Amino acid sequence: MKKSKFSLLLVLTLVFSLFLSACSGSKDTSGDKEKGESASNVKQEIKMLDTSEIPTMDTSLAEGSTSFTYIANVGEGLYRLNKDHKPAPALADGKPKISEDKKVFTFKLREAKWSNGDPVTAEDFVFAWQRAIDPNTASPYGPYMMNGKIKGANEITEAGAANKEYDLNTLGIKALDEKTLEVTLEQPFVYWEDLFAFPTFYPQNKKFVEEKGKAYASNAGNLLYNGPFKLTKWEGTAATDWVLEKNEDYWDAKNVKLEKISVNVVKDSNSAVNAFEAGETDMTGLLSSDIVPEYEGDDRMVSWLEPTVFWLKMNQQNKALKNVNIRKAIAQGFNKKDLASSILNNGSIPANYFVPKDFVEFDGKDFREKNGDLIKYDVKAAKEAWEKGLKELGVDKLEIRYLGGDTEAAKKTDSYMKNQLEKNLPGLTVKLESVPFSVRLERDNSQDYDLQFAGWGPDYGDAISFTDLWLTGGGSNRMDYSNPKYDELVKKAQTEYATKPKENWEAQQEAEKIMLEDAGVAPVYQRAANILLNPNVKGLAIYNYGPDYGFKWVEVKGE
Amino acid sequence: MGKYLAKRFLYMFITLFLIASLTFFLMKIIPGTPFASANKLSPAQMQIMKAKYDLDKPVPVQYVTYIGKMAKGDLGISFQFNNTPVSELMFKRLGPSAQLGFQAVFFGTLVGLVLGVFAALRQNTWVDYGATFLAVLGKSIPNFVFAGLLQYYVGVKLGWLPVLFWKGFEYTIMPTIALSMFPIAISARFMRTEMIDVLGTDYITLAKAKGASFFEIAFKHALRNALIPLVTVLGPLAVSMMTGSLVIEQIFAIPGLGEQFVKAVSVNDYPVIMGTTMLFAFLFVIVILVVDILYGIIDPRIRLSGGSK
Repeated sequence: MKKSKFSLLLVLTLVFSLFLSACSGSKDTSGDKEKGESASNVKQEIKMLDTSEIPTMDTSLAEGSTSFTYIANVGEGLYRLNKDHKPAPALADGKPKISEDKKVFTFKLREAKWSNGDPVTAEDFVFAWQRAIDPNTASPYGPYMMNGKIKGANEITEAGAANKEYDLNTLGIKALDEKTLEVTLEQPFVYWEDLFAFPTFYPQNKKFVEEKGKAYASNAGNLLYNGPFKLTKWEGTAATDWVLEKNEDYWDAKNVKLEKISVNVVKDSNSAVNAFEAGETDMTGLLSSDIVPEYEGDDRMVSWLEPTVFWLKMNQQNKALKNVNIRKAIAQGFNKKDLASSILNNGSIPANYFVPKDFVEFDGKDFREKNGDLIKYDVKAAKEAWEKGLKELGVDKLEIRYLGGDTEAAKKTDSYMKNQLEKNLPGLTVKLESVPFSVRLERDNSQDYDLQFAGWGPDYGDAISFTDLWLTGGGSNRMDYSNPKYDELVKKAQTEYATKPKENWEAQQEAEKIMLEDAGVAPVYQRAANILLNPNVKGLAIYNYGPDYGFKWVEVKGE
Repeated sequence: MGKYLAKRFLYMFITLFLIASLTFFLMKIIPGTPFASANKLSPAQMQIMKAKYDLDKPVPVQYVTYIGKMAKGDLGISFQFNNTPVSELMFKRLGPSAQLGFQAVFFGTLVGLVLGVFAALRQNTWVDYGATFLAVLGKSIPNFVFAGLLQYYVGVKLGWLPVLFWKGFEYTIMPTIALSMFPIAISARFMRTEMIDVLGTDYITLAKAKGASFFEIAFKHALRNALIPLVTVLGPLAVSMMTGSLVIEQIFAIPGLGEQFVKAVSVNDYPVIMGTTMLFAFLFVIVILVVDILYGIIDPRIRLSGGSK
């Protein structure tokens, strides 16, 4: 007993001294014990952290960026986003032949193999696309990406929902022969290359998928690969670690330098940073914003501006918010600059627009260059509009509900917004409702909110992925915004100007102006992303939509 | 004994059925959509997705279908992890959580026990005060603070133990210590109080009068009787620890159940919520039974079948 008493004391002393040392501990994070990597003959391997498990590796079912990221690195479609974030022909052997009316695309496929040795054929594309649109699959992204774009998609979805018969062969995709694919669009559009680079449109090996049945894509062995890498370890969706290795049978394997990527899931941002500092990983997932200032100016932090914009949706089913002056007052009534610099403090910038910066360009010019700031923080203008609006409504005070998130970060932002609005707009009471994401989505669907703090990230590189949100009755509008002039411009951009880049561009810029003159939505900020990356890891492609990263061109350099 | 057990099993079965039913209906009241891309789905698509998971049917119909399937051992498929069976998700995650929980309870109880006993035996001395102070610390410092400190100082700064992940025994040490703070505090406090009580009883005085040694009195006579209340607390505590700690699992990147359960609730992943709740409930009723049986072993005065009833 004596012995256990002493060892116990020892443990307690240790624990206790830890506690004390923590109180006086200095905040020195520059661990310098991980310098000893061999400079010569550098291993082409990286270790990285992700913040989530892979929800699915089935291209037909994938709906989130984690899935898209790994699918895009172990698979390939007609196109692939290249190093410079531009779609470039991949399985397509060069650009397709495009019909006069720009609706029919004929692709020649290059010689490429699945990891079981089968050739990748046109039939594999037909199978995968039909599977993604098939109501039996109940895919979220299949119909979302195809409806209104690929011929016949919408009809299949509608028939499926109404329990009517449908014919998958009516979908606008045909295998003319083993290596020739014909795709028919519903109507022409300019960003078709982005679509064909998107994981939902990747091919699947029919024989393999049918043979595996329900087990398809359930783990590394129940998948086939045709991309730069293969999953050599992945035990399924519950797995928190997996390994990608170079696919020697990939048609462009000679340009792939990286041999191995080992991934581990770490959900806590602080833990990820600790792992990075301890040399356990070369790359972290996205950092939470409280960590970012610590690494300001550190060359190990990589930062970029995402094309994701956050805004206050103003539901016009609310009588007060139907009033344009009230909306203008709200949209101009909060200081976004202070929000971005002191509350978010992670490189995010105030947004005076809803089509993001550094997202699309035409003629070498960014969308924002001409359209600039459309609705800014302006207390005076806000107050004036507020007075006018109240008068028009015949009231002297208003209570408005504000639907926001329930995370710590969201609550911080939301209480700041409440403060600003109540301070700048006398007589306004903002009632905060902090709810989980799933509840916010549901209440967005049923339009059960007054103000809603929401954001949007695009799925393809065209401003239309933002402008079509606010079409009258549009699927994502859900706030009763409606302006015939806006509708006309956006519809024109989608049809008449679909293949005329200049007119298309101008129509969408005009549309954005109109929408913000109406103060249809109150833009807040554009989000920045930050990760820690070992400076020896070069050539990581960071994407704006679809997959988060491309590893095809990554190379590990010596010190 | 046999009759007693049969009766207990029947009660267990009824309890589980009631929990399943209650959870099912409560879960359906939670607001929120189970579809992650709900803001991108058209009404037609929403209709198709709901039909796939039977969510387009009235709740009572869903309930009957679910209970029927569960009786056959089918827990359904997860929404957030497309098409993955719930049973597969759960059982892959149960291992690490159970191991961590077991280690933490085992280590924590052992330390707490020793602490409590010595505090009682040396009542109102520095040993007592020190132990009480530690117990208060263990109970009042949230374990994520402790885990964070351990991870940063022992893992990153000193490099003695792996910072995170779950790849071998050395990886379990820091999370175990962090998680065991609570059981240490609980068992130390319980033991101290009970021991002091027991040490004041007549039969201890008798033992002393008979000339039994100090250690004999403390460990043979007093400890055994003082253990009873602790066993009552420890059973459920063990279950709750073995079914996963959200915070510790997140900080040390442990592939456990706790994180999965919390996430399932927040994204309305109905089948996973049900599956995990039923697993927890099952473990609880089993442990409560085991605890009742243990009473009889520790203290022969407690009779399981209730004498002449």
